[in-house]
Amino acid sequence: MQDWPLWEVFIRSRRGLAHKHVGSLHACDAPMALANARDIYTRRSEGVSIWVVRSTDIIASAPGDKPILFDPSEDKVYRHPTFYEIPDEVDNL
Amino acid sequence: MYSQFVDTGVERMRCAEELPELERAFQDKIDSDIKIEPKDWMPEAYRQTLVRQISQHAHSEIVGMLPEGNWLTRAPSLRRKLILLAKVQDEAGHGLYLYSAAETLGASREALIEALHAGKAKYSSIFNYPTLSWADVGAIGWLVDGAALINQIPLCRCSYGPYARAMVRICKEESFHQRQGYEIMLALCAGSAVQKRMAQDALDRWWWPSLMMFGPPDAESIHTQQAMRWKIKRHTNDELRQKFVDQSVPQADYLELTLPDPALKRNEQTGHYDFGAIDWSEFWSVLKGDGPCNRQRIATRRQAYDEGRWVREAALAYGAKQDRRRAEFS
Repeated sequence: MQDWPLWEVFIRSRRGLAHKHVGSLHACDAPMALANARDIYTRRSEGVSIWVVRSTDIIASAPGDKPILFDPSEDKVYRHPTFYEIPDEVDNL
Repeated sequence: MYSQFVDTGVERMRCAEELPELERAFQDKIDSDIKIEPKDWMPEAYRQTLVRQISQHAHSEIVGMLPEGNWLTRAPSLRRKLILLAKVQDEAGHGLYLYSAAETLGASREALIEALHAGKAKYSSIFNYPTLSWADVGAIGWLVDGAALINQIPLCRCSYGPYARAMVRICKEESFHQRQGYEIMLALCAGSAVQKRMAQDALDRWWWPSLMMFGPPDAESIHTQQAMRWKIKRHTNDELRQKFVDQSVPQADYLELTLPDPALKRNEQTGHYDFGAIDWSEFWSVLKGDGPCNRQRIATRRQAYDEGRWVREAALAYGAKQDRRRAEFS
């Protein structure tokens, strides 16, 4: 028998925080994925909201693309506030 | 421990210069404590070792529900019954976290479970012993979950990200398991003479199998060396076993129970407890399938799986139907 489809689970641990990936599970449809996520990942009030997404619907960057994607920001230190030298006497900057 | 004997597929250790370039870069990452994530390049032997270890661990959680499940309907009070239900449900959850972690390495859940049911995959020897009295539930929580924690805390720092993250969640939950077990032992030891004897009897039967949970002495083993270099394993079996003995002796003293080992004695020089020889022939025979309950455990698992097949198939067909309908109407 084939495996049930795989889903990724995201939990908002409390109001004011973003949903965070916690793991995956198998389920046949969305309501079952939600029910299983509740049983598997929130047995101790770990969350106030659950997202489930079919794993096949997630588009991920490849580890090999890391230099192309992220290296350009390495040499753009002027994007950080610490790049700029401001005299100590000047406040509120 | 929950994975007591993991073959790394390695026959000898190679030094850094012998490693091909990709593998050397991989080892550099591990050496600088950079976690390995599912899509990263990894040596095939690392992947295989992890699948073996994580799936053995998952199988142990799942089979581990059976000895305790035996007492769910006979727990002595509603409070104990609720606690035991929650604990057994946790074990199911732990199994599922771990199967998911194994799947990130490309293993199929179905294939892993089939290997267990076919007797090809191992699980911890400890779950092949019977639970004869209620005190066994106490002894399991105290000793078996206590031993599991000692083994699992270092696994939270394992080099493979998904495994390490699963272990963090498991360890958080496992602490309640150990404490509820010790509380059962406390209650029995403060009870009647019969109850106290029941506690002692459970300790007598579970002590040595608990020590075997850490697996055979392995400091010299090529598999241990390789697993340690990959930072899948952080301590040798004997180091962890010694830690367990050292922590258990005062706990048994507090209960005024006697550990069934006449050779057990504090070594003033090392500060550790020396203990008697472990019967490794028993360990190997249980691991190879000839323990008191091996056949029964696998038969129970197979029965549950086979009798649930129609439910799984129906749910899958229903999901497919919903997908078709959504496609038609959109």
